Amino acid sequence: MPSPFIIDRSSVTQVMAWVLAALLPGIAVYVWVFGPGILVTLSLATVTALAAEAAMLKARSYPAQPFLTDLSAVVTAWLLALSLPALAPWWLIVTGTLFAIVVAKHLYGGLGQNIFNPAMVGYAVLIVSFPVQMTQWAGPLELTAAPLTLAQSASVIFGGDVSKATLDAVTMATPLDSLRTGLLQQHTVDEIMTQPVFGHYGGIGFEWLATAFLLGGLVLWALRIISWQVPLAFLAGIWLTAGFLHFFDAGRFGAPWFHLFAPSVMLGAFFIATDPVSGATTPRGKLIFGLGAGFLTIVIRTWGGYPDGVAFAILLMNLCVPLIDQYTQPRIYGGAKKAKAPPA
Amino acid sequence: MSRELFKFKGGVHPPEHKTESNARPIHAAPLPRKLVIPLRQHIGNPAKPLVNVGDRVLKGQMIGEADGTISAAVHASSSGIVTAIDLQPVPHISGLPDLCISIETDGRDEWIEHGPLDYRTLAPADLRIRLRDLGLAGLGGAVFPSAVKLDPGATQHCPTLIINGGECEPWITCDDVLMRTRADEILQGVAIMRHLLGSTEILVGIEDNKPEAVAAMHAAAARMDFAVEIVVVPARYPGGGAKQMIQVLTGREVPSGKLSTDIGIQVFNVGTAYALARAVHHGEPLISRLVTVTGHVLRPQNFEVLIGTPMHTLITLAGDRDGTTGVLMGGPMMGMPMPNLDVPVVKATNCILVQSAELFPPLPKALPCIRCTRCADACPAELQPQELFRFAKAADFGRAQEYHLFDCIECGCCSYVCPSHIPLVDFYRYAKGEIWTREKDKRAADLARERHAFRQFRQEREKKEKAEKLAAKAQAKRAELAAAPDAAAPSEADAKKALIAAALARAQAKKAGTVPKNTDHLSPGTQQEIEEIEARRAKIRELAHQPLESEEKP
Repeated sequence: MPSPFIIDRSSVTQVMAWVLAALLPGIAVYVWVFGPGILVTLSLATVTALAAEAAMLKARSYPAQPFLTDLSAVVTAWLLALSLPALAPWWLIVTGTLFAIVVAKHLYGGLGQNIFNPAMVGYAVLIVSFPVQMTQWAGPLELTAAPLTLAQSASVIFGGDVSKATLDAVTMATPLDSLRTGLLQQHTVDEIMTQPVFGHYGGIGFEWLATAFLLGGLVLWALRIISWQVPLAFLAGIWLTAGFLHFFDAGRFGAPWFHLFAPSVMLGAFFIATDPVSGATTPRGKLIFGLGAGFLTIVIRTWGGYPDGVAFAILLMNLCVPLIDQYTQPRIYGGAKKAKAPPA
Repeated sequence: MSRELFKFKGGVHPPEHKTESNARPIHAAPLPRKLVIPLRQHIGNPAKPLVNVGDRVLKGQMIGEADGTISAAVHASSSGIVTAIDLQPVPHISGLPDLCISIETDGRDEWIEHGPLDYRTLAPADLRIRLRDLGLAGLGGAVFPSAVKLDPGATQHCPTLIINGGECEPWITCDDVLMRTRADEILQGVAIMRHLLGSTEILVGIEDNKPEAVAAMHAAAARMDFAVEIVVVPARYPGGGAKQMIQVLTGREVPSGKLSTDIGIQVFNVGTAYALARAVHHGEPLISRLVTVTGHVLRPQNFEVLIGTPMHTLITLAGDRDGTTGVLMGGPMMGMPMPNLDVPVVKATNCILVQSAELFPPLPKALPCIRCTRCADACPAELQPQELFRFAKAADFGRAQEYHLFDCIECGCCSYVCPSHIPLVDFYRYAKGEIWTREKDKRAADLARERHAFRQFRQEREKKEKAEKLAAKAQAKRAELAAAPDAAAPSEADAKKALIAAALARAQAKKAGTVPKNTDHLSPGTQQEIEEIEARRAKIRELAHQPLESEEKP
């Protein structure tokens, strides 16, 4: 066995565990704002992901150890669960998770080989296939007359006997949906923002969730588990693009702070766009990757067919990673002052 | 003494483990019964043996002479009888045995006549030859022949001389202890280097985890009659690498593919400076060095060891323990495992690190790369190790070279930080090896192709010449026949017949000439001549088979 003979005691499992830990503040706020239903969603997604992972490892003749316990499948499950509407039906959760693990991860070669972020592939499949269910969000408790208990939430998720009235009482359009619908109805942004669903910057409650994700993300950055380039560039891409549009026509385009403080943006910036496997690797490449994803998010939100664009923006940028990496190779020690892109 | 320091990118800070071995005084290892001295202990051509089996040799006697410019002599480390000149196991990464001279020591440790050199009056070129013949090579690990590095070349001077006391590898303390105890002699060696290189700025870089060494070097510097700056640098691996030391002290980078002397900087290890002082002021060849014996032993410490001493004797001296799992030469980051412990201490042996399962737990199974780029953050060469890994694994060596594979210094930082525990450096070594092999094969093939083309050309030419000659002869014959008075009007057919007959006669004569020539009962002179010709032929054949032997080391 050749050198080196010592290693730092870090591991993939440790990295994944930190990512999960950094999601906990977000999950806590989620429960506080939207009720305990998310816990059911997270559990179901986790169980499905681990079962799918185990089955795929077996089918591909890979050992369960250490692959099953590396926690990468759990990270995928949690990221997808947190992207789904609270109180999404069980089959939606299971379908999305299965697609993420089986197709987006294992059919591409498993850990480290997937071109696309598995959680975002799962999300994209669901929103394309089941747009109605995917936009039926439970509203913040603050605005809900009769909040659901954990048992009731589970019952809703598993399609139990819940009256449509109860369900209608708790679901409502998300802030992004409201903005989109309002704009389509020729209202101005200012008029739309007076609706009760909007808070200080983003949606009521939603902005707290976004802040919690931001905090968790800062912890990951402090631990050097993620680099600063991707989140900063992603947020800058959102802020600059939204700010540019808002500056020219504040009546038709939402304020940059509103766009920034959506939970999907903070989750995307710190937990999804930073996925090392499907992201750019060079320092300059990470900046381009983040900026591009931020820009595309606003473009899709503004002119696309879906209320939010984070998932599609990241998937589109995933597609560009090999190209970005190739043309952003950094200068090496003792290299020419200006780094030359290696020929293809 | 406050000098602006610079940072090198990347690097890691593994547990240092220096205190285990740097507290005990230097202990002289006893004279072993048998010394095994490899002829290849430096970079470049191996030394050529000068002694025969059965010869008595004295301590310090040159037993292998330098072969060419990039080479160094080897010497008997003690007096005794040469018992063998053959292949022996040596500490080398290949694990292959190499040519060694074995000496049965007689216990008298009798020196050959030797004395100091006056380096100020000797012509620099002569002094360098003397140093080469005293076997000096870099003791920091690379063992490059020092005489070559002490040649400032056409510019006649190398402005900056850096003395490397970084010793960044964990566990190793031989340079630390050397600086603590022999600082004056180190700087005496530096004075000689300064003389040969014409340097005006002399910096000694020492990592901040060696305060005693720093203090001793400061004190010694104050006693010198030339300016030496002792610079304390932050301890960070691989800060003791020459390129990193240059960067930290001067803020300058050695351009890729160039030497530090191209930017007017030369770097030597402190141990080399000490050995140089011993060589010049005492006429002692490089026959011993300090070796740290540490790790899983009872008394980790530094020994003054004769080159050629078997490693197991040192481990026994330091107190071997149960549960030894292996032995490394060098540190844990760049050291190499020893195939067995009969291998001798060589000029490159700075440390013998004994492993145990507790100190060196087996590395976990490697997982796939998740492209986290921690390796890129840790790489002091500022490469993209994750991409190099991908290309090496896919055997895409062309891309690996485009991504600067050969700028990798194999420091091991990438492997150290990898959360997937991928032995990255292994992949780079493999890729480099493959590329070298292919280049060699390609050059051999090119040479063969050239030879083949030339052969064809030559055959064509000979054929043409022959044809021309024949045509000329036929012309002459025809003219002759035509001129013959008796053949009044020879028909075309007759002329042809005559030509054929003449050709047949010639062929018969030729055949008779080549058939059984007597090769028996030749005169001794002729016989010798034939043998010489045969030997030359054999030599040519041999050369043709290994056309690139001298180019093996890129």
